[in-house]
Amino acid sequence: MWLPSYATPSERLSRILVVGFAVAVLLFLIAPLFIIVPLSFSKDPFFTLPVREYSLRWYEDLFGNPRWFNAMVNSAVAAVLTTILATTLGTLAALGIARPDFPYRRAIMALLISPMIVPIVIVAVGSYLFFGQFGLTNTRAGLVFAHTALATPFVVITVTATLSTYDTNLTRAAHSLGASGLSAFFRVTLPNILPGMVSGAIFAFATSFDEVVVALFLTAAEQRTLPVQMFSGIRDQINPTIMAAATMLLTLSILLFVALALLTRKKTR
Amino acid sequence: MQRTTQPVDIERIQTFMAVRRAARPARRAAFSLALPLVAFLLVAFVAPILYLLVTAVDNPETQSVLPRTLAALEGWDGTSTPDEPVFAALAADLKQAKEDSTAALVGKRLNYEIPGMRSKMLAASRMAAGLETGPYREKFLEQGGIWADPATWAVIQRNGAGLTPYYLMTAVDLKQAPTGGIERVAPDQAIFLPVLGRTLLVAGMVTALTLILGYPVAYVLTIAPKTIAAVMMLMVLLPLWTSLLVRTTAWVVLLQSDGVINSVLMALHLTTEKIQLIFTRVGTVTAMTHIQLPFTILPIYSVMRAIQPTQLRAARSLGAGPTSAFWRIYAPQTLPGVVAGCLMTFILSLGYYITPALVGGPQDQMVSNFIAVYINRDLNWGLAAALGVVLLLVTLAIYGLFLRLVGADKIKLG
Repeated sequence: MWLPSYATPSERLSRILVVGFAVAVLLFLIAPLFIIVPLSFSKDPFFTLPVREYSLRWYEDLFGNPRWFNAMVNSAVAAVLTTILATTLGTLAALGIARPDFPYRRAIMALLISPMIVPIVIVAVGSYLFFGQFGLTNTRAGLVFAHTALATPFVVITVTATLSTYDTNLTRAAHSLGASGLSAFFRVTLPNILPGMVSGAIFAFATSFDEVVVALFLTAAEQRTLPVQMFSGIRDQINPTIMAAATMLLTLSILLFVALALLTRKKTR
Repeated sequence: MQRTTQPVDIERIQTFMAVRRAARPARRAAFSLALPLVAFLLVAFVAPILYLLVTAVDNPETQSVLPRTLAALEGWDGTSTPDEPVFAALAADLKQAKEDSTAALVGKRLNYEIPGMRSKMLAASRMAAGLETGPYREKFLEQGGIWADPATWAVIQRNGAGLTPYYLMTAVDLKQAPTGGIERVAPDQAIFLPVLGRTLLVAGMVTALTLILGYPVAYVLTIAPKTIAAVMMLMVLLPLWTSLLVRTTAWVVLLQSDGVINSVLMALHLTTEKIQLIFTRVGTVTAMTHIQLPFTILPIYSVMRAIQPTQLRAARSLGAGPTSAFWRIYAPQTLPGVVAGCLMTFILSLGYYITPALVGGPQDQMVSNFIAVYINRDLNWGLAAALGVVLLLVTLAIYGLFLRLVGADKIKLG
């Protein structure tokens, strides 16, 4: 179905050009991501292709060097805490928003989405100055709070989207059959909106795990996350351990992406 | 007429009120579910931003360190060097400041408006600490002409106010003349409007490039067979999923002088010398375009998908050529998607920090990068906050446009 049957020769040509152009753009989109993978396995400490000799030395550095390893642990802990907090708060809010009686929907939706819009430096600097008043800078709690604020819009959006296909009569039916509010929620509503919640949780995890700027302002050496470690590395002296770390992050993104794809496929089936 | 309809109206209003009253518990219940998140965002997100706004106008230094001087200046005529009582008050304040080591604080603040004031203030505080009795006026005047200059005193007096427009004005290249009027800074000293202009320019370039590159991709996505379209969609979504830092890192590696692009160009004999790509505008815009492309493609695609292909067929059968059918039937219908995608990319491009910091040169640093520099290196929080206010206002103005034209509930993920 690339072309209608009535197409003129010049139309066929232009169609070929458009498709060729689109393919080129898609290669431009995807190729840079995978350039880092072979470089991370190179034995040489510079960045040219093709790789002359392969080795795992940069991965040994990544996992053996306490500085890099602690950064990975810090990122994982902050991301898990952010995910729990953001998914809980975001799901509750989405449940409220989905109700027909929700007041000031437009204004509140604009507020809930705004963390996606406000420039990240403003969030970072604002949190740095404000959290500093309460001793929350250079603490894990401060980082998790700021990351949760950034992550909640994703949860609100995904759960709201799932709820739009959820038949509220199911909840009513559960009530009429004698289920209490909580029991109806946990046994009827929750299983139905779970795919949306998990999608939101995946987004929240990725948001926190990948975030650099806020972490740059809010963490000291002790809570330093993997992206911050990478950022300072690139600034000072770019070295292949950063490629290894980037490859790890890329792998994680692909895993999360696949998880999300499987999840949404199940939902639409 | 009016009199006869009035009771009916009241009745209507009463009915309306009753319905609202009846709906109130449901409204309250719905809102109470969102309340935890709203409260959390107010504390962890809105309050920090408000605090930033306050920091942009906060001006506590002069008031807290030089209270007696400010009181003594109340009777000053504003045009001549002040008299002995003012200098006596200044000596007393600075003596205290020396004890509390706060002279540097007020010195640094006044130094923004009077170059060299920081060292003068420190020197004066050391001198004042050694003085037992007056007269103080000559002692200060011996320290330098700065203390005789009425302009110095005008600045001190002006900064007696707890709030200052200084940082906000500096952030848009305005300054307050000693006489009190507002004027533009000299063109060669204007820093921040050019930076804002550059930020808008780069965001505009990136938006235009993503549209030019992304529109055909979105179109091909809608006409490709299902399985191919799915693979293509994967190629759009995967970069979106990859951390911004990873994508920037990839570009840092690609653009290096000894990097992949240069070695490919040399191998193909397209160039004999290494081309400077990293730390340039071209490199920055390329990397940003790569990162923003999915944000422009997806809204356009979701609009294109809803357009009936039969419309184009109808246009053709009614005699329109392929070009005219595209521009008059197809393109106008994709406009909502184009607007949504472009506004989204423009808004997000305005706030870029990581990519210009790592890929750009000194001439490619955006407002965000300047904010970070003033926080981290210059410790000038007021100016950093004021630049933040400017960036936030520009962003919110465009977000407002987005909400009007597109709507917050239209933001989708993937």
